[in-house]
Order: sequence, then structure tokens, then C-alpha cells
Amino acid sequence: MTSLPSPSAKKLGLVIDLDTCVGCQACATSCKEWNTQGYSAPLNDVNAYGSNPSGTWLNRIHGYEVEEAGQAQRRIVNFPRSCLHCEEPACVTVCPTGASYKRAEDGIVLVNPETCIGCKLCSWACPYGAREYDQNDGVMKKCTLCVDRIYNDNLEPDDRLPACVKACPTGARHFGDLGDPDSAVSQLVAERGGYDLLPEMGYKPVNKYLPPRPRRDGATSRPEALPKPDGSAFDRLFAWADRLLSTGKTPARAADIDNSGKLEG
Amino acid sequence: MTEPFVNTSPRTWDEVKTTTCYMCACRCGIRVHLKDGRVTYIDGNPAHPVNKGVICGKGAAGIMQHYSPARLSKPLLRVGERGSGDFREIEWEEALGLATQWLSEVRAKDPRKLAFFTGRDQSQGLTGWWATQFGTPNYAAHGGFCSVNMAAAGLYTFGGSFWEFGEPDWKHTRYFMLFGVAEDHASNPIKKALGQLKERGAKIVSINPIRTGYSAIADEWIGIRPGTDGLFVGALIHEIVSAQRIDGDYLLRYTNSPWLIIENPGGEDDGLFARNAQGSALIWDGHSSSPMPALSPDAAPKLMGRYKLPDGRRVVTAFTLIAERFLEPEWAPENIAARCGVPAETIRRIAAELVRTAFEEEIALDVPWTDHLGRYHEKMIGRPVSMHAMRGISAHSNGFQTCRTIHLLQILLGTIDVPGGFRYKPPFPKPAPPGVKPAGKPGQVKPNTPLPGPPLGFVAAPADLLVDAEGRPQRIDKAYSWDAPLAAHGLMHMVITNAAKKDPYGIDVLFMYMANMSWNSAMNVPDTIGYLTQKEPDGSYTIPKIIYSDAYASEMVHYADLILPDTTYLERWDCVSLLDRPISEADGPADSIRQPVTEPDRDVRPFQTVLLDIGARLGLPGMTRNDGSPRYPGGYPDYIVNHERAPGIGPLAGFRGANGRAQGRGAPNPDQLQAYIANGCHWFHELPDHMKYYRHVNWAYLDWATFFGFIARPDPVIHQLYCEPLQKFRLAARGHGSIVPPAGHRQRIADHFDPIPFWYAPFEGELVAAEQYPLHAVTQRPMAMYHSWGSQNAWLRQILGRNWLYMARELAARHGIADDDWVTVTSHHGRIKAQARLMDGVNPETVWTWNAIGKRSGAWNLAPGADESKQGFLLNHLISELLPEREGGYRYSNSDPVTGQAAWYDLRVRIEKAGDQQPASEPQFAALKTLAGAS
Amino acid sequence: MHPAYSVILFTTASGAGYGLLALLGLTGMSHGQASSIAFGVAAMIVSLGLITAGLLSSTFHLGHPERAWRALSQWRTSWLSREGVVAVLAFGPALFFGLVWSGLLEAPTLIAPLGALSVVLAVITVFCTGKIYSSLATIRAWNNGLTVPVYLVFGLSTGASLLAALTALFGNLPAFLVYLSCLLLALTLALKLAYWRSIDSAPRTHTIEAATGLGRIGRVSQWEVPHTSANYVQTEMGYAVARKHARKLRRLVVLALCLAIGLMLAALVAPLAAVLAALVALVAAVVERWLFFAEAQHVVTLFYGARAA
Repeated sequence: MTSLPSPSAKKLGLVIDLDTCVGCQACATSCKEWNTQGYSAPLNDVNAYGSNPSGTWLNRIHGYEVEEAGQAQRRIVNFPRSCLHCEEPACVTVCPTGASYKRAEDGIVLVNPETCIGCKLCSWACPYGAREYDQNDGVMKKCTLCVDRIYNDNLEPDDRLPACVKACPTGARHFGDLGDPDSAVSQLVAERGGYDLLPEMGYKPVNKYLPPRPRRDGATSRPEALPKPDGSAFDRLFAWADRLLSTGKTPARAADIDNSGKLEG
Repeated sequence: MTEPFVNTSPRTWDEVKTTTCYMCACRCGIRVHLKDGRVTYIDGNPAHPVNKGVICGKGAAGIMQHYSPARLSKPLLRVGERGSGDFREIEWEEALGLATQWLSEVRAKDPRKLAFFTGRDQSQGLTGWWATQFGTPNYAAHGGFCSVNMAAAGLYTFGGSFWEFGEPDWKHTRYFMLFGVAEDHASNPIKKALGQLKERGAKIVSINPIRTGYSAIADEWIGIRPGTDGLFVGALIHEIVSAQRIDGDYLLRYTNSPWLIIENPGGEDDGLFARNAQGSALIWDGHSSSPMPALSPDAAPKLMGRYKLPDGRRVVTAFTLIAERFLEPEWAPENIAARCGVPAETIRRIAAELVRTAFEEEIALDVPWTDHLGRYHEKMIGRPVSMHAMRGISAHSNGFQTCRTIHLLQILLGTIDVPGGFRYKPPFPKPAPPGVKPAGKPGQVKPNTPLPGPPLGFVAAPADLLVDAEGRPQRIDKAYSWDAPLAAHGLMHMVITNAAKKDPYGIDVLFMYMANMSWNSAMNVPDTIGYLTQKEPDGSYTIPKIIYSDAYASEMVHYADLILPDTTYLERWDCVSLLDRPISEADGPADSIRQPVTEPDRDVRPFQTVLLDIGARLGLPGMTRNDGSPRYPGGYPDYIVNHERAPGIGPLAGFRGANGRAQGRGAPNPDQLQAYIANGCHWFHELPDHMKYYRHVNWAYLDWATFFGFIARPDPVIHQLYCEPLQKFRLAARGHGSIVPPAGHRQRIADHFDPIPFWYAPFEGELVAAEQYPLHAVTQRPMAMYHSWGSQNAWLRQILGRNWLYMARELAARHGIADDDWVTVTSHHGRIKAQARLMDGVNPETVWTWNAIGKRSGAWNLAPGADESKQGFLLNHLISELLPEREGGYRYSNSDPVTGQAAWYDLRVRIEKAGDQQPASEPQFAALKTLAGAS
Repeated sequence: MHPAYSVILFTTASGAGYGLLALLGLTGMSHGQASSIAFGVAAMIVSLGLITAGLLSSTFHLGHPERAWRALSQWRTSWLSREGVVAVLAFGPALFFGLVWSGLLEAPTLIAPLGALSVVLAVITVFCTGKIYSSLATIRAWNNGLTVPVYLVFGLSTGASLLAALTALFGNLPAFLVYLSCLLLALTLALKLAYWRSIDSAPRTHTIEAATGLGRIGRVSQWEVPHTSANYVQTEMGYAVARKHARKLRRLVVLALCLAIGLMLAALVAPLAAVLAALVALVAAVVERWLFFAEAQHVVTLFYGARAA
């Protein structure tokens, strides 16, 4: 089991747009909510109403400050982090029991809660912190890519998406087959320069991240300003307003207006 | 090897019911999945107009709110001292009997002695009507400390407003300016829209002292100094007006820019519109060189100029005055830059970008329409610049005028209800201002008698104020008095203080719903607790009786005498009504309901049903039949279906009439709720294309809206850039008219009731020494929490179980403060201790924290010493609800002088590294007793 | 990495037990039967006792100890599974060896082959234990060529010290064993110092910029943690010992190993000093193992604000 299957043609995964994520936690709580009653349920909480509450979550949202060339201040980037369903998942190969496995069909990495002994070694092998040990259940939990949603015949076809993707209010999360170069997610990755996390580790993550776009502010935009004609701004405005009436059209350019602002009455 | 079997099609539910979320004020459509009657999963309803299937961090955690251990489980009667937490569980009959007895005594004696304030109420259509029937003017919800500056500024200017009464044209806008929104409940609609804007490459500019959340993904962040947005926007106006890059046609046709204003310095008509005998405002017709009524189809109005009317009065167009103001050099970017912390070149560039987008990227939809004067337009012309603003503008004492300044900018660019601009959501536009007046004048409040009108409304002149002959306030919160004349939403933040000080008078019963007024909803928490427990010499409480309804063991529960436990949002009927705070889309009106998806497992009742029950027991006219029996024996759902505000118009607009096919107006339909349920618990009526824009002047729309009862007459809503009602107050302050402010109020009225938008420094900063309190302190709304509610939620409190005080690195360095140091924050009013975190994305003169994370130990059924109480903190302790004494010793409320909006964000502080680095926030309050009633 | 006491106890106890077993196997191969049944039995009890206690202790940190048998199935890919398989395989021959070597079972011809088998399986087991850690690319300090040698040499040196202590208690400590123990302890010290030098000087090649991919924009630092209380990943993988404290503990390990050598040499004149030497060596092993975890930085810490790993 922990031997990896031959690489699947279908590589289901997520594409996460860091330019659009506002860090609202919708993906995190929707994930927790679905998965606490779905595959490998529940996702337990410890000290739920006391000090230091903690629990098992399959998706967590970080906030980073990032320095930018030409910008005086660092920007904040919200960063959701969950299992990347790697093509070379060491978390699977280190598993002594075969509870961790990568599906031959679509590449989803799962833990079988019936056979996991809770040795935690897989979480040590994962560089991405994707696996969380559930101390109440004594087994390891991780993102299932909502395997019990995406193929679920009891759901409407439009709902057959991972809970996080369906929830995401800004549309920053995309789900699809990254093994198919023509899929919408693959196209998105190609267009936006989607990238791997820690590529040098060789785990070959399937999930991709789309980088934040450059800002469009004073540091990056061309400086521009409205024309500042000489003379009395009021008089020019008056002339402009006067002309409005005669042409019935707006807006007119200031430069070619004769300044003849005389008050009547 | 074979893979283990995975059931990829589990059916983890046996039933799915639609209803409406209540995890914030967005009111998204949700689908609640149930298994054996237990809620197992909540997701967004794809068919719902508000959220179209998405759900936010709070909404998906609603399940934990529903099963919160802090839920109250039975009516409680206080047996110990207030705050002791000593209650006795009682039966509902006893609870309702007591409430009825207390309230009927008040009603028979003096209905004003009931103050009924309803917090984050989503049923103000009912609660406001109940107050009317009871006969007390002392009613409001939480708008006075939330958004009344926005609502009033918008309604008095263009008959709509930001937030619930309008939204940007997300589909077409190309340039979006976002001013300080509360990101907790400006949630899914804005999030969806931001995603859409990103996809289309529209530019997003965020003006906010703090660069988190929505500001983090904005293309440009303007880290403005709190309270100076009006300066920034005024400078933009200066730029575009100087360059004559404004929409002259729009101004001439749809605004009062060409209306003639009387110039008669010292006169009683100075600054009022020149009107003809029929009362119509006048414009100067360029063809005939004579005055004509403003809405004459054939006139060619002059936008600028000073004229002499045939009767000799000297007049000037409104726009001339506006231009004169904003062309002043004081508004030039270089003269503004230092005060608002935005470089002049940035202001100039943004002005140029606005103009370029508005005029060079003009949109022309191939949709013919006819305007209010019968003029046919081939196309709908759009200017794809839009804006949205909320708390960051609203919660300052200059918020009303600042918001008016933003609207002025929008209108100068011709962007209200045009393609790509800011769109109304029906039932808006309404007349600017809406015609309804507040009731409660002397003589209108009589024992055992309903008020002649609703307690909340829109004053247009001093004659509409609720003051007595001496100018004294008639409401407990001093709304609609000279303290806060345009207080459209009341001043909930002043009720407890005023009641305790008996200023203007004492009350007998304080009746509140869903408002945590002894904690995070109060300015000045320690004194508020003092007021709630303050006693008279005879040992009785100064506020003699407090009735409170809430679903949860909030801090406020401990200070009430009689607790009416409410249901959770998944256990009750509700209606999100067009008569209240609508959920409409810009494309058409929408309303929705909540249905009980599960039965309460506790002895609790929905507040609205309880309120109708009490109303019937009190014999309130609208709630009883002639024989004295209850008019709505079926409780709130009965009322929702059968109540009619006007013939054929009830709380829900959809599925009316005997056959359920009528919309807007129609006889009550006994099957209406079932029809809503069958339709996913909402109703949405999409308008035809020719009614989707220009609705303030769109003949077809105005006719339709009149039929729907949204407006009384199909009159155009001409944008009031020049706000004449304000001038009327100013004239009164100058001594004109029969109703004039008492001497002490005059200067304040004269100074702030400027009919043309302007900027003044927020009050607190002006009243305290800048060198002593050099910094601003504000809160931001965490997206995963709604007010105080999130902390009882096992999931949400893991995300944000405590807060830090965030500050700029350079500021911290000046004070020798490092990450995680404990610091003291001192205002003119109080001092707190909190833990510091350093960051870049914050205005360097501002410190901030997440709102309402700090909890009092023992509240919300959290374990004593929970992170929220031990390390968490509130800024509320630093904020005084009263301004420092002014001339004559009078203390105004810490509010906007026009609307009474609570000025939370005016707060000025200084910071120091704390001498005591013990890891605990201060002040720490005595732990509250965990309530026996909590399950 | 969080230093879990069950794992520390497991690796040190079983390491010493296997070290002792290997040395007993060598003794059997070279000297035949144990000098007395009592000595043989005592030595085997100590060896197999430590191994058993260690293995049992390792199951304490499992969420489902009752499923531990499943860990034997994935020897093709998992070093943990391999360790389990070899440990189970080693147990029978070792027990059999103990019986014949101690003389409880009369079969002198089997002593040498069983001894050899025990030596091989003991060494492989400890090798597998070391490989569990050294094969993790996520932890730079473990993913190191010296990890396995250190595991092996610690097992052998503590095993040799225990053997010396046992022979001393039975009054027949040979000088050779003292010298062997000292040599192994010195080698342990040398390898451990080399290991520390290696991990201290190894470049931290993974950065927060690569972890988040945001390095394409610029320098990255953590602003907000996902949740305000620490989660599993932070407590398990984010454990970090203060540098000062680590230095102190490293000195303690060095001192303990030197002391063990000194005491062992003293056993030449006062044999019972070997008992103290063995105890001190075991203390050194426990502290070293605690440090092995506590000093190891996991790559995931990058997501929680570490600059490099």
C-alpha cells in the first residue's frame, strides 16, 4: 500500500489564488464542518471552551508580510495551507501500516482511519504541515480533497466540489485535474504562473499557488495628474459650465475655452 | 495491493432545509443538512441572491453557534444583586406575567418610561411597530452606534446609501474605492464582488488605516490617518473640479446643482432654495434668462452663476457654492497631504485615474429608457467608478459630513445608479430625505395610547424635532433633539448613561434585545456597569427594571432582572423584510425568511413571538382583536403572513394574494410561508433591463416602485448636493424661526450643519492635548467573528481566541516596544494593558486591534481564565460615551453632532511599554458566575 | 521536534539492549558458553529486558497500540516497518541464543551460529531505527550521514558499558572489556561531536520564501498565525529548545561520556566503578537523544515563521 501506485493520469488538486484570498477562513470552517461528519470523522476539539483551545483542522490560513521591491511597506498575503496531494508523498512511503496511501485513480492522498496506528511518522515526513494528529481518535487526519463529495452521487452535480472550494466567497480556490493540460485549472496555472511550494524537496505537489499580482499604486503606475491651467480656476470652471448649456454635451476640455465668466443679474 | 474501500457517496444527512443565516448581518441563504434531527452541515444556497452558494467562515461555523453551551435554557428572574449572577429559573407564564405587569404600569403612567432598544435586531419592522403601539418614543436598534452616519448622509443626499441600500455595479465597475468597511458583516456580497473585480482586472483602491483583509488584496492601499477621509476626498474633488472633469449633464439633470439658493446674509431665508408660489425650487433658464421651476422639461438650466430674481432676491446656483468651496486652496492636495498622511502626488494621481476611468472608459448599454421629464434616452450611459464605505467613515464625529463628501464625489463624476457606478437596491431610492417623521413630540406620548407615527424617521427642519418648548430632549437617548437632530437610528449608546443620570429623565423599565450593553457594545464599560447597578438613596436601582432577551449567556444577561431566553437562528421563523433592512439586489427587490429547521431542546421561545404575546397581553391595539383576543395567536409566523402595514403591503413582498402570484402588493396569502420554503426561503424579483439604472429619475421604475409601495408618489429623487434641511437648522441657530436651539447649542449647530459637505477635525482629538494623546486607536472587524458572538463558538475561538495591539514598527521602535511586549494604552478616559504586535501595514500614527475579542471572565459559558478574558482586551474601556466638558459644563455625547452616531474611532491614546510584563491584559473584571440557566 | 519521552526511552533502551545483545553474541562466538548460568541469565535478562521495555515504550506513543501489528506490513518502503520486522525477527534467535549461551539449554554447537545471527539482527535493528530518522528529508538535523552511525555506536557503547558493569557485578571484569568500552565511548563522543559540528555547519537550504513561494516577490515574514493557540503541527514539529539550554545539555553529554570513560578506567582498579560508568553512559544517551529531537528543526516551521530550515 505505501508503495506508490504508478503515476495516475488524473491528478486532482487545488489551485489557490493568493491575489484574491482575503483570509476570511471560510474554507477552513467549511472544511472542518464537512469533514467532522464525513470521511474519517469527527475532527475533534480539545479545550473547546477553555484556555488554549485547539483542534484538528485540515486547512489553516496563515498571514505573511512580504517585502516588495520599490514599496516602502511590506504587503500582507493571506495563505491557506492544506495537503498538496504530492506526486511523491513521503508521508505515504514512511507509513508502516499502509494506512496512508495515494489513490491510483486520481492521486488523492488518504489515510485509512481503520488501520492507522497513530505513530505520527507521516506528519514528520510532510514538509507542509498538512497532517494533523487527532488526539481523541488516535489517528492521523488530513485533507481528503473531499473524496466523499467530489464523487458523491447524493449531491447535485454542482455541489460535487471540495467543501473549501464551494465555500470560498472570493473564488480564490479552484478544483480540477492538474494532470490534464487542457483543464481550467491547468490553464489558470499556465496563465498566472502557478507554482509549487518547496519544489526543491522533490515531493512534486499537485496543488498549485497563484502568486499575488503586482500592486498598481504609485510605485508601479505611471504618475499622472489632471491639467492645472493658469489663471482663476473658478473663472475657467464658470466658462466650462456656461458652455455646457450651449452644447448640452459634457465633459469639455478646459484648454480651448475662452474665459468669460461674467455673472448675470 | 488493493486500496481500502472508500464510500465516496455517503449520505450524511437525511434532510436538507433552506433558511437564512444569522452569523452576521449579510443574511445569506443557507442549506441546513440534518441527520436524525441534528444539524450536521450548513452550506450556502446556490439559488440565493445574496450569496449565490458561497458561505463565509462564520456561516459554516453556525453549527457550533447553534449547539453553543452558552445557550440560555429557561426564563430567569434575578434573585441576587445585579451582576451577582444569582437567578431563579421560572416558567414562561410567570415571566410573561411579570413583563406584562411591569410594562402595563409604565404604559398606564407614562409610556416614555419604557426604553425599548433592540441591538442587532433583524426584525425592526416588528419591534419598531410594537414600540409605536406601546406608545413610547424611546425605541431604536443599534444603528446609532453602527452606521447612521452612512445611512443619513446617503438618504439625505441621494435617497439611498452604502451597505444595505445600495451596492457598486460589480459587473461593470472598473475602479472601486473602498473606505473602511466592517469586514465581519460586509461579508459575502463584497467578497464575491472583489473576486469578480480581480477577474476582470478592475482596480481596487482601499482607503483604510490598516492593510488587512480586503485592503491586503487591493491594488492600492491608502493608509490614511483615521478621521481624515473627508480631507482626502475633498482634495480629490478639488482636483476634478479644478480641471472641470465632472459630469455636467448629470449634475444639471439629476441633481440640485442648478437650483437657485437665496443669498440674503442675515435674513431668515438665507441659504434656502428660491421657490415659486407652488413651492417648486427654481433654476435659471439660459434660454429665457429667467427663473423656471427646477423640473421644467424645456428649461436649459445654468449650472453656475449669480442672478437676481424678478422679485429682487439675489440667488446663486447650488453648484456655484460647491465649486467655490472646493476650489479653495485649502483643499489642494499639497495642503491636505500632511494631515491625512497621503502624499499629494498620490491624491493627484487618484483624481486623474478616477477621471480617466469615469470619462474615457464610459459605458453605453443599449438599453433605451425614459427619464422623469419624459426625455427618451437611447442608451444607458455609465461611468465605471464606484465606491463603498462603512464603519471607518461612519464611526467618527465628522462621519456624516465626510460621507456626504464621498457622495458629492460620486455624483460629480455622475456615478449614482449608472452602469459601472453605485447602484440602488430597491426599495431605494426613496425621497431625499424620506418623508417619514419621528413621533414623540410633547403631547404625542399619552398613557395607554399608541404613538401617532413611528418613533424613528427623518427630520427635515427644526419643526420636526422631538423637543419641548425649552428645547429639551424628549427621548431618553436625546435623539432628534439639538444634541443629535438627524438621529435617524437613535442613540442606543446613550440610553443607560442618560437613564442613570436621569438626563433628560429617569425611566422605569429598560427592555433590550440582543445587545451586549454591559460589555463590548458599550462605550466606557466600567461606568456602564456602574450605571446598571447604581442605586437610589432608598436602595432601589436607579434603572428600576431591566428585561433582556438573548439566546446566549452574554455579559449583559448578568445585569438584567428578567431574562427571556431566545431561540437560536435555526429554531425560529423570521422575515427579512423590505419594510426593515432589505437584502435586495441592485437588479431587483428581494426578501427572505427563516424557518425553524430544528426544534428547541430547551424551554426557550423566539423573541418576536414573545413580543407579540406581551403585546396582546398588554392589549396593544395592533396586536389584539376587538374582543381582546390576540390578533396573531400563531405568533411571529402568523404576523409575518397576516400583518398589513398598508392595504396589501405586509412584511413579505413575495407570493401575496389569494393565489400567491401577486408581488409587492396583494392580500395576505395563508400559504405564503410554504411558498417561500418551496422557493428556498427567499423571493427575488428581477427588474427588466430598462429599470435597472437611473432609477432616481427613471419614469418606468418610479411608477413601478409606487405600485410596490416603495414610494408614495412617482417623483424623481433629485440628488441633494446642497442639503437644504441642514441650512434650516443653521438658520435656527442664527435665531430665525419659532423653534431655535437653546443658547448653549447654537454655535455647535451653526458650525456643523453646513448644507455643503466640509471637514472638521474629530471632536476627541480637538478636546484633548495632542502631545498627550498623539495616537489614534481603532478596531478592525475580524472576518471570522461577528461582534461578541464568535467567542462562544468552539471553532471560531480557535481562530481568534485572543487579540493583540497592532502597531507600526517605526512607532514601536520610538517607544522601545518589541513584538509581544505588554504595553499600556492610555486615553483621556482610561487605561488598558495589552500585548503588542508589530507590523508594516498600518498608519504610523495608529494602533489597532480586533474588535470584541476580549471577554469578561465567566461570560459566554467559557471557562474562567479563558484566553479571551486573560489575554484578550477591549478598547471600549478607553472610550468615554461623553465628551469632555465644554462651555457651561455640558457634556455632549461622544457622537456626530448631526446624527448622534457614536464616534468610536475618534479615540486618541498614548502608549508605553508596561512596567508590569505579567502576561495578562488589564483591566481584569471580577469573574461572572456561570449562569445556572445555561445548558 | 517534540522530544517525546516514550520515543527517547525506546531508542535509548532498545539501543543499549541491542548493543548488549550484539556484544553477547560476539562473546558467545569467541568464548562459547557464558562463565556461569547466573551471569548468562542476568545478561540476557538485561539485554532482552531493555529491548522489550523499549519496544513496549514505543507503543505508548501510538494512538492505537492494539493495531501495532499492522506496522509489520510495509517493509518495502517504510523504515519503521522494517525496524519492526527485524525486531520481531531478532527476538526468537536472541532468546534461543540466550538459552544456549547461558547454558540453560545444552547445545554448544549452536552458540556460535545463533550468536552471529543475534549480532547481525541486533545491528540491523538499530540501523533501521537510525534510518527512520535519517531518511526524513524534512528534518535537516536527522537527514545526515552521521545519524545512523551515532545510533549504532550509542547502542554499542552503552551495551558494552552494561556488559562491563554486569561482569564487574559477577566479579570477572576483564580488562579487555574495559578498554573496549572506553574505546566505544570515545568513538561515541567523537561521532557525536562530529554530528553536532555537521548539523551546526550545514546550510539551511529551505527558506520561508520557498515554503510560501512568495520569495518571488520579496522577503517574507510571518504576520498572523492561523489560530491563536498552538496546534498539533506547532507542538509536535515546532518544538524548539533554547540555544543556551542546548549548549548546556551538549556539554552535559560530553561530560557524561568523559566521566563514563573515566569511571570505566577506574574499574581497572575498582571493578564496581563499571556499574557507575554504565549508568552515566545511559544518562548521556538519554540526554543526547532528547537533544536529538529538541534540536531538530522541521521544515514545516517555515510556515510558522522560521526564516530557514
